[in-house]
Amino acid sequence: MANAEMFHVRTEEAPLLPAPVSTTGAIGWMRQNLFSSIGNTILTVIGIFIAYSMIMPIIQFAFIDAVWTGEDRTACLAAEPGEKVGACWAYVGAYMKQFIYGRYPYEELYRVNIVYGLFALLLIPLAMPSVPAKGLNAFLFLVMFPIAAYYLLTGLEFGSFVVFPIVETAVWGGLLVTLVIAVTGIVASLPLGVALALGRRSQMPIIKLVSIIFIEFWRGVPLITVLFMASVMLPLFLPEGVNFDKLLRVLIGVTLFSAAYMAEVVRGGLQAIPKGQYEGAMALGLRFWPMMYLIILPQALKLVIPGIVNTFIGLFKDTTLVLIVGMFDLLGQIKSSFSDSTWATPSQGPTGYLFAGVVFFLFCFGMSRYSIFMEKKLHTGHKR
Amino acid sequence: MSKKFLPLVLGAAMGVAATSASAATLDDVKAKGFVQCGVSQGLPGFSNPDSQGNWTGLDVDVCRAMAAAIFDDVNAVKFTPLSAKERFTALQSGEIDVLSRNTTWTMTRDTSLGLNFAGVNYYDGQGFMVRKDLGVTSALELSGASVCTNTGTTTELNVADYFRANNMPYEIVAFEKADEVVAAYDAGRCDVYTTDASGLYAQRLKLTNPGDHMVLPEIISKEPLGPVVRQGDDQWFNLVKWTLNAMINAEELGVTSANVDDMKGSDNPSVKRLLGTEGAYGENIGLTNDWAARIIKHVGNYGESFDANVGPDTPLGIARGVNALWSKGGVLYAPPVR
Repeated sequence: MANAEMFHVRTEEAPLLPAPVSTTGAIGWMRQNLFSSIGNTILTVIGIFIAYSMIMPIIQFAFIDAVWTGEDRTACLAAEPGEKVGACWAYVGAYMKQFIYGRYPYEELYRVNIVYGLFALLLIPLAMPSVPAKGLNAFLFLVMFPIAAYYLLTGLEFGSFVVFPIVETAVWGGLLVTLVIAVTGIVASLPLGVALALGRRSQMPIIKLVSIIFIEFWRGVPLITVLFMASVMLPLFLPEGVNFDKLLRVLIGVTLFSAAYMAEVVRGGLQAIPKGQYEGAMALGLRFWPMMYLIILPQALKLVIPGIVNTFIGLFKDTTLVLIVGMFDLLGQIKSSFSDSTWATPSQGPTGYLFAGVVFFLFCFGMSRYSIFMEKKLHTGHKR
Repeated sequence: MSKKFLPLVLGAAMGVAATSASAATLDDVKAKGFVQCGVSQGLPGFSNPDSQGNWTGLDVDVCRAMAAAIFDDVNAVKFTPLSAKERFTALQSGEIDVLSRNTTWTMTRDTSLGLNFAGVNYYDGQGFMVRKDLGVTSALELSGASVCTNTGTTTELNVADYFRANNMPYEIVAFEKADEVVAAYDAGRCDVYTTDASGLYAQRLKLTNPGDHMVLPEIISKEPLGPVVRQGDDQWFNLVKWTLNAMINAEELGVTSANVDDMKGSDNPSVKRLLGTEGAYGENIGLTNDWAARIIKHVGNYGESFDANVGPDTPLGIARGVNALWSKGGVLYAPPVR
C-alpha cells in the first residue's frame, strides 16, 4: 500500500494548459510577424516611425487643429502670427450644398434627392445576391430609373403645364455631375464594350473591321482631346445658334471612350475560354446568342471582373477632366469655390482637396471591395 | 432635348447654316428673355460664385447691367463659366452673347479673331508684392531681389525686361503652378511675388498673415480687361459699350443706386440726358430711354460696383489706383451721353 503513494496513475485527462502568452493573442502575433528576428524588429521600428510621422500631421491637420464652425474667413485665420491653423471645415460646411448639387436651384433640390434615393434604393438590392426578383430589379434600374432620373433632373413641361420646371445642365455641378457622368458611363459602356468585343472576334469581316476601327480610334485619342473636340470644335461645325447640351456631349464622349477600353478587357476574358466550351455549346445545339449568353459570357465576364472594375474606377476618376470643358464636377466645384474671397485662407486649398480626396476614395474603394466580394462569390475552381 | 436636336439634325442633313443669330443679337436676346454671358470659372472679385451659388464680381456686374438695361431685371442673365481656352470659341460660335471674363484687350485679339472689345472695365497690369518689413516702398528699390513667379508666362518676361531696363540684378525663382508660387513666397523662399495686380490681391488672402504684405505701386505691364462681343453686329456692340460708359458716367455725375430716382429731377443737363429725362438716347441703341437709370438703380455706378466687389472694404482690398475716374487721377474716361 505504501507504494500507492509512490506511483501516480492519472485517472482523468489533465486540464489543458493555455498556450504560452508569448505565442497567442496580440503579443504572439507581434512576436511572430513583427519581431521574429533582429532584422525584422529593426524594420518594424522604422516602419512604425515612418507611419507615425506621416499619419500624425494628417490627424493634426484634419482634426486637432481644425476649425469646425465659423461664418467667414476670419474663423480660419491664425489668431496670432505663427499659430498653425488646420483644416477649415467651416468652409466645407458652408459650401456643402454646392459640392453635392452644384448650382442646382435650391427650391428644386428635392428632385435631385429623389434621384439619389431611387438610385440607392434600386442599386442596393441589385447588388445583394440574396435579394430575389433580380430581373424586375434590373429592369427598374436599367430602364425605368434612367427615364425617371432624366425627367426629374432636367425637368418635365407639357406646354404651359409644368410638372418639374426645366433646370439647365449648365447649373448642375458637384457630386451630381460626377455621379451622372460616372453612372451613365459605367452602365452604358459595359454592354457596348461586350458588343464590341464580340464584334472584334466575329467571323463577319465588316463587323470585325468596324469594331477594330472603333476600338483603336477611341483608344488612340486621349480623353482630354475627346472632351475638347466635343465642347470646343463641335460648336464650330454646327450652325450658329444651334447648341446641343454640353453635358450630353460629354456623356457621349465618355461613354464611347470607356466602351473601347471595356471591349478590350472583355476580349481578354473571351480569349481565356477554351475552345471546348464553344464546341460543347454548339454540340448542345445552341445558336450564337444563346451560346454567348448561357455559356461563354458568364465565364468570360467572371474572369475579368478585376479588369472591368478597374475600368469603372478609372472612369469615375476621369470625370474630373470635365472641368477643362467648363463643367463643374465635384473637384471642379471645389476648385471654383477657392475663388470666393469670403473664405480665402491658407488652409482653404488643402481642406478642399482633402475633402475631394476622401469622397473619391470612398466611392472607388467601395467599388473595389464590391468587386472582391463578387469574385469570391463567383469563384468556381479558379481560386488559388 | 428633342427641341434642340431637331434643328441640329435638319441643319446637318440639308447642309444649310442657319444664320439667324448672326444679325441682330439684341432681337435674339429679347426673344429668349435673358443675356447669355461668358465668365471665368472663378476669379476672386471679377467673376466668382459665392457660397449660395450666385455669381458676383466686377465682370459679372457688366452682364447684370446689360440685363438691367434690356429687361429691367438683373437676374435676366445666364452665366457660362469658360476656361481661357474655350472663351473665344464660345463667343464665335454664338454659345454666349457677350464675353465678360477678365480678357486682356490686345491688337491680335481685336483684329484677327472676329471680335470687338467694347471697352475697359478694369485696368490691370503686372505688379509686385513684398513683405512690409523689407522696408521697400518702390519697385525701383528691388535691386538684387529674388522674384517668385510662374514658369513660361509673359509675367516672367516682363520681369526680365523691367529689371534689365532699370539696371538691377535679380534672381528668378519660378514654379509651375500659382499655388506653388504662393507657397514658396509665403515660406520666405523669395523676397518678391509678381503676377497681375488683381491676382496679387487675391493670392494675398491665402498667405499666412496677409497684413504683413503689401503691393508696390509700380505696374510694369498693360492689361486692360474688358467685355468682348462678336464682330458684325454694331447695335449689340454699341449696347455693351454704352452700358459700360453709362456706369462710368454715372459715377462722374454723382448718380448712385441710392439717389438715382431723385436725380431724375436734377437740373444738370448731363444727368438729364443720362437718365433719359431729356433726349432719346436709349432708342438709338434699341432700348428704352431710361436704360441707364435702370442700370444704376439695379447695379449701381462703376464706383459702387468696384467698391462692392474688389474695393478697400472687401477682403481683396484693391485701391482704385489707375481705375479711378480721370478727374480723380485715374484713366477712366467715358465719352459723354449727348
